[in-house]
Amino acid sequence: MIALTEVAADRMRTFLNNRGKGMGVRVAVRTTGCSGLAYVIEFVDELQSDDVTFEDQGVTLVVDKKSLLYLDGSVLDYTKEGLNEGFKFNNPNEKETCGCGESFTV
Amino acid sequence: MALLQISEPGCAPAPHQHKRAVGIDLGTTYSLVATMQSGQAKIIEDEAGRSLLPSVVHFGTEGVSVGYPAISLGQEDPLNCIYSIKRLMGRGATDINRVRESLPFKLGKPQTDSLVPHIATACGPKTAVEISSLILTRLKARAELALAGDIEGAVITVPAYFDEAQRQATKDAARLAGIPVLRLLSEPTAAAIAYGLDRREDSLVAVFDLGGGTFDFSLLHLQNGIFEVIAVGGDAHLGGDDFDHCIADWILDSAQIDDLADTEVGNLLAVAKRAKEKLTHQSEVKILWPSDLYGEIALTLSRQQFDSMVRPLVEKAVQVCRRTLNQAQLETDEIAQVVLVGGATRVPLVQQAVADCFNKTPLTDLDPDTVVALGAAIQADVLIGNQPDTDLLLLDVVPLSLGIETMGGLVEKIIPRNATLPIAKAQQFTTYKDGQTALTLHVLQGERELADECRSLARFILHGIPPMTAGAARIEVRFELDADGLLQVSARELSSGVENRIEVKPSYGLSDVEIETMLRESIAQGGQDMQLRQLRETQVDAQRLLEALHTAIQEDGEQLLSAEERLALEEAMQDLNQVLSGDSLAAIKQSIDTLENLSDPFAARRMNHAVSEALSGHKLEEFQDD
Repeated sequence: MIALTEVAADRMRTFLNNRGKGMGVRVAVRTTGCSGLAYVIEFVDELQSDDVTFEDQGVTLVVDKKSLLYLDGSVLDYTKEGLNEGFKFNNPNEKETCGCGESFTV
Repeated sequence: MALLQISEPGCAPAPHQHKRAVGIDLGTTYSLVATMQSGQAKIIEDEAGRSLLPSVVHFGTEGVSVGYPAISLGQEDPLNCIYSIKRLMGRGATDINRVRESLPFKLGKPQTDSLVPHIATACGPKTAVEISSLILTRLKARAELALAGDIEGAVITVPAYFDEAQRQATKDAARLAGIPVLRLLSEPTAAAIAYGLDRREDSLVAVFDLGGGTFDFSLLHLQNGIFEVIAVGGDAHLGGDDFDHCIADWILDSAQIDDLADTEVGNLLAVAKRAKEKLTHQSEVKILWPSDLYGEIALTLSRQQFDSMVRPLVEKAVQVCRRTLNQAQLETDEIAQVVLVGGATRVPLVQQAVADCFNKTPLTDLDPDTVVALGAAIQADVLIGNQPDTDLLLLDVVPLSLGIETMGGLVEKIIPRNATLPIAKAQQFTTYKDGQTALTLHVLQGERELADECRSLARFILHGIPPMTAGAARIEVRFELDADGLLQVSARELSSGVENRIEVKPSYGLSDVEIETMLRESIAQGGQDMQLRQLRETQVDAQRLLEALHTAIQEDGEQLLSAEERLALEEAMQDLNQVLSGDSLAAIKQSIDTLENLSDPFAARRMNHAVSEALSGHKLEEFQDD
């Protein structure tokens, strides 16, 4: 199960709207980066065979089964840090992140 | 941890691979920076949530400030506060002298080692490039905070008519600010990209850009996703500020104030500007001007009244559109889309006038103040490689023809005006004198026929041409303009292969006003220019004839001419010499004819003489084919 904060859901709806197409947003992990795994957030135009979907506040979240192992229980937030803004994973499985925060280990 | 953005399917960047690219609108009054976030272009705001950075720099004894703080400091210390520096970009000391009076700041004494004008400030002399780089540095800092890292590439917009010198100056300013420039992009093209017009089918797009002080009109041709700027027009002294002045004049009229004190001008204009902005959404506005000198003045201005005040100005802009269309030989109904740029296009009358002129509703969905920066950000994202699927390619045009000076101070155009970039063109030239071993190449930009009336961009010399008869050498001059509009000129003597080249990094250039003026003059004076060209060409012919005859008389005069013949020839030469410097084409032509008639027998005798010299002592058989 992956959830969204209210702000994150709102931003996703806006971005999907602006893009004008796409059925939802994919969250995934990829094995790269300096600390093992990295998060991926993409628009989704079509589903893959091993995808699982969640509905939260009107947004369809798409996760492949392998990524779900690493992401289950995560809450996706949208925050502002100074002038920088973007999505942020609050992932209970995450043990440590690399210095720059772009990758993590579980 | 790092904050994430939503990517296109399959395009999520690996960690550390998303490149931070921005688009920068370096404007005359305001500058902006934008970037792509989660699939859309977004203006990067400052800490206080403001999008616009006033293009104002204040040099104080305490230090330098940029933007809003500079404006407030400038009220106490106007001489050290630099506005509108973009108007000086790429201009030389000689250009500035002409506009010196109208500049709001003091220029320093020209530096002996530099053609670039320096502005005297409390922090020492500063160039336009340095001042622009301070504005860019501020935008870069804003972007780096927002994107949490170094900027890896930027697209900076420039007016479509910016010449080589102005483009180079803009690039220099970016380099000074430590910003890697991916591309300079023309402002109208950026606006069209922001509206996603590049993804439509092939069509013509008009961009109507009415800013605070300048008006630019551009016609873009979209073909296979490629934009080509096909024509530009404009008025360097027409903008929203003029609307403010109209309202201010009306207030003074209504309040019967004849002589406005200088101290009240700023105050009154601010009141006028607010009234104009309110009239965008309201049909009438109450004006309250709490003047220190004239007491409190309260008036009501209706939109109808306002419209009739500014109608002549709006009509002027529409005329520019019509003229530009005419020049490009296009009809208004061929234009598929009209894009509005610049704050003054919010005025309802402007939108109405544009709609009437083009017979279609202009695009107004995006904020006209930010649309150029947004387009630049989209382009930057593509160029730096964050969107591997798109292949947006942009074409720009040469604003004014490029060429070289030939004998007699004439201009030979090599790259014509409105040619699309990148472009390379070559033309062959030859030597003018016997045994000439060097050739000076004078690179010029402009539409006129005479070198004096075009802009000098660079000079260089091709040395080492093997001595040959005049006209025998073949020198290929090649002009190459890259996609950014930067010029390289090379000259190569084809028989010997000697070559020289120059990258044109001129220290001064043309202003938009000058380009307008030059274009207008070239049209108005087309006929006169042609006559002048003929005169110069005839003068060159005459000089060539005189020189050839002079050499011939030196060599063979004694031997082949009788005393009377020689006297007659020398008299005719003197006659020609006398009319040569005058401006009567007919007189010079007549003298040339007389001299040629007189010298024909001499030329024939010289030829015979040369042949018999060559043949004497040889047998006929030696000249027969084996």
